[in-house]
Amino acid sequence: MSEIPKSLKYSKDHEWINIEGNIATIGITQHAAESLGDIVYVDINSIDKELKQFDKFGEIESVKAVSDLYVPISGKVVETNQNLESNPEFVNDDCYDKGWIIKVQVNDSEELSNLLDATEYEKII
Amino acid sequence: MNNKNLPLLMNQSKKGRKAISLPEIGVEKSSLPNSKFLRDNIDLPEVGQLDLIRYFTNLSSMNFSIDTNFYPLGSCTMKYNPKINEQLSSIQGFANAHPNQKDENLQGCLEVMYDLQNELGEITGLPGVSLAPLAGAQGEYAGLLIAREFHKYNGNDHKKIALIPDSAHGTNPASASMAGLEAVTIKTTSEGDIDIDDLKSKVNQDTAVLMLTLPSTLGLFEPNIIEITEIIHDNGGLVYADGANLNALLGITKFGELGIDICHSNLHKTFSTPHGGGGPGAGPVMVTKNLESFLPYPHVKKEKNNYETYTPKNSIGRLNGFLGSFGIVLRAYAYIRSLGSQGLKEISENAIINANYIQEKLKSHYTLTSSRNCMHETVLSAIKQKENGIKALDIAKKLLDEGFHAPTMYFPLIVEEALMIEPTESESKETIDQFIECMIKISELSENNPNEILNAPINLPVERLDEALAARNPVLTWKK
Amino acid sequence: MTSSPYIPSTDNDRKEMIEAIGVKNFEGLLTDIPKNFLFPELKLQDKLSEPELVEYFTELGNKNVASKIKTSFLGGGSYNHYIPSTVKAMIQRGEFLTAYTPYQPEASQGTLQVGFEFQSMIAQLFEMDVCNAGMYDGPTALAEAALMACRIKRNNKIVIHESVSEKLLDVLKSYSKWQDIEIIHADQINISKEEDLACLLVQSPDKNGEIIDVESFSDQIHEKNGLLIQHTYPTSLGLLKPPGSLNVDIATAEGQSLGVPLSFGGPYIGLLTCKNEYIRQLPGRIIGQTVDKNGKISFALTLQTREQHIRRESATSNICTSTQLIGLMVAVYVSTMGPHGIKHIAETCFHRAHYMAKKIDQIEGFNLLSKEFFNEFVIQTDISVSKINSFLLENDIEGGIDISANGKNLIMLAVTELNSPSNIEETLNLLGGLSE
Repeated sequence: MSEIPKSLKYSKDHEWINIEGNIATIGITQHAAESLGDIVYVDINSIDKELKQFDKFGEIESVKAVSDLYVPISGKVVETNQNLESNPEFVNDDCYDKGWIIKVQVNDSEELSNLLDATEYEKII
Repeated sequence: MNNKNLPLLMNQSKKGRKAISLPEIGVEKSSLPNSKFLRDNIDLPEVGQLDLIRYFTNLSSMNFSIDTNFYPLGSCTMKYNPKINEQLSSIQGFANAHPNQKDENLQGCLEVMYDLQNELGEITGLPGVSLAPLAGAQGEYAGLLIAREFHKYNGNDHKKIALIPDSAHGTNPASASMAGLEAVTIKTTSEGDIDIDDLKSKVNQDTAVLMLTLPSTLGLFEPNIIEITEIIHDNGGLVYADGANLNALLGITKFGELGIDICHSNLHKTFSTPHGGGGPGAGPVMVTKNLESFLPYPHVKKEKNNYETYTPKNSIGRLNGFLGSFGIVLRAYAYIRSLGSQGLKEISENAIINANYIQEKLKSHYTLTSSRNCMHETVLSAIKQKENGIKALDIAKKLLDEGFHAPTMYFPLIVEEALMIEPTESESKETIDQFIECMIKISELSENNPNEILNAPINLPVERLDEALAARNPVLTWKK
Repeated sequence: MTSSPYIPSTDNDRKEMIEAIGVKNFEGLLTDIPKNFLFPELKLQDKLSEPELVEYFTELGNKNVASKIKTSFLGGGSYNHYIPSTVKAMIQRGEFLTAYTPYQPEASQGTLQVGFEFQSMIAQLFEMDVCNAGMYDGPTALAEAALMACRIKRNNKIVIHESVSEKLLDVLKSYSKWQDIEIIHADQINISKEEDLACLLVQSPDKNGEIIDVESFSDQIHEKNGLLIQHTYPTSLGLLKPPGSLNVDIATAEGQSLGVPLSFGGPYIGLLTCKNEYIRQLPGRIIGQTVDKNGKISFALTLQTREQHIRRESATSNICTSTQLIGLMVAVYVSTMGPHGIKHIAETCFHRAHYMAKKIDQIEGFNLLSKEFFNEFVIQTDISVSKINSFLLENDIEGGIDISANGKNLIMLAVTELNSPSNIEETLNLLGGLSE
């Protein structure tokens, strides 16, 4: 049974989000990481871009698969996790902490209501 | 198999060794270009000739191949590659034929091409044939370019959609994308047949082409093929058939008679040319008479007794440097000549019987997703074995240990833990029975001793590889 | 009884299998096929037994001048070079010849390690960071390189220099026609006045064999945030500066000159090399080094997520083939030649070509047009090129390519290590005789 921290919110596309102040930290869930397998590369092509909720912000690759990444909240992508360049396996080892992928400056935290909480996310996987 | 440790050539290299003797320059030297154009040194391995031969010969024995192992890769048609075809392609008149020589001086080459054009046209029922494409994917791309040019010629530029079943091989949407077409997915049924209702809901005036694989990627013939091609034609679209699975249809049915407008064939699958570890191949494209003028350069025609290459009137143009993969074309033509009409039909007949025999013998041990007889390949699923932690990948590795190359895994994508098995007509019943026995043993092991499967392979020069490492830290060339 | 040695099943075998399957007969397996379209008549040519095949194809081969010529001066992207015995021996090994794409790496270390050697040697010859496992041929490699630059730079403007041959341009057009790509001719614009560009394509040695100063284009294209792409002739790299030392970002070539027979134009191999930072946009198969679970060095296909079987419509290309067999020929060729052989072959081609060119220039009615060339040069002549070539052919010598244009008789000749000094003397004498 994959871990689903209760403190986080989730999107249907298997991203998690944690907001502190007006900065949201975003990554993929353990379920997603397990489905993909060993992560080999994370490609973020949206740094400094303004995105709308559920826009594509990048791609994540494992040996045998590639998946699009969708931002769970509107805002500007202000930071990417540089560690993932040399250690993409952080996403497999610790997807909710060390394996975070981007940070977004949030416009409208009301949008969180469009997301799922831990219990709701568990139901869909 | 060979378990030797074979260090890369740069690690065996020693200054001063050589592997060939070459003639002196033998003429008065001229002044070299300006030093800014000249190279300083070349960093390449220096080995003696025996060590070189030993190295590559030893490497060859670290391979599975058709010549050494049963190789039931679904959709790849790993049939015997006749040695006579290799011999014929090395005839000096062919091996030394220069592609920039004039047509009139290479009539032998052009006669081979012209005759193969005709034979392939007769086999598929699509008489407009170009041997230019250098691979199946290029043949497919050529087919889509032809469709686009045809629609443009008729003032139908708005036709930009390619309908592609969800069971399709990845090259289909990739080629569509290269041809500037939007790929729209058509659902298939649990049998892998096209969902007619879904097709009807998605076809419209913007449909340029339907891309079909026939038999499908599940190894099944599309029972509604006539209705399907009619639906597409009624909307002004064209039907393209991916001929990768043509080994099931030789003398059995013709694409052209079923309403298909364009197809390609893989000479390295159906027509026995050697796979060579991944290539070269050839992917001729075949079309109906009214699409013939759109074929790529070169097309070969015959006027009186003279063969000529020319560019068709509305040609999609040149796809590659010369005239196609002639060496491959020659081998395929020799293969067809060695069989004739009756022989080709027997090829398909035996391919189909062999695949159904395997399906029948294994369907109670593995899960069969379709309910009917297959054509030249069968798709089984390892979902039952997965309950014991054994996946298709693990079964594949255990087969390698037992001396069989694994079937195709994880394709088509619509079948979970798929194993696609294509024995071909080349295999004896004894070999097939041995394979069946091994698959049954593996299924039993998955319940009684799964670890023996999870540790496989242990009998090969290397055990399971860290493919994640290869992708995370790519090392793609020799490093000191 | 089956009619073919390629089908081992006997009538009895088939009978047993049909019984096991549980149908009445073979036709019972074909119920999905509409009855009216089952078993159409196949009207192919008569079948030939093995000895008859040899007779038939030998006769066909004899209809080609290639069966009797003693030397050739044809070039133009495909060259007559010596193929060492080592190459011919290795491609006959069935374990290499009849293997498939190495999807199961544990069972394909032969193919994979050879492919890795190929990548390494070409990267070293070109002095580029990375080389993939092989494309279909030179022209398609260049087309794919241009498209690769467009993806990397997210820009659709490809500038093509006049050094690039028509044929290469034609193939590029076929590959880019239906994509939103703009092909611009360098001589019709001033690059410094343009906005950003995806790349500049340069060919050196060029379409007429001339050596181009590739590095001189580096600043202007890099200032426009574009990539410099060079298409080259591998044999020339034994003498000339390789792309890697000319500030080139992507370099391509036709690999045929490295141990591959002429074979009327194919199968050949496209060489595609690039800088490290672009590897994720490289099309085609790539082999990488890794370890197995016991730490033993081994090789596998890698970076597969770029490819069609995973990315489908967003793939870097639709290519599945990697011309591994031809890659094997190239790997054996390059390692047989070694650094000294590669250099010596290049020098032999250069000096013999220049010697012959100078001597032809001295013949009345023949004029050397080329200035700085490697081994291919253009001669203007008073006599029609077809007359020259026919005359040479009567003497079992294959002449040059007819590139006559604008009322001028122009012939392009390539000279390699297979044109011996005596072949060259004989040809000079014949041409001298013609001019009288």
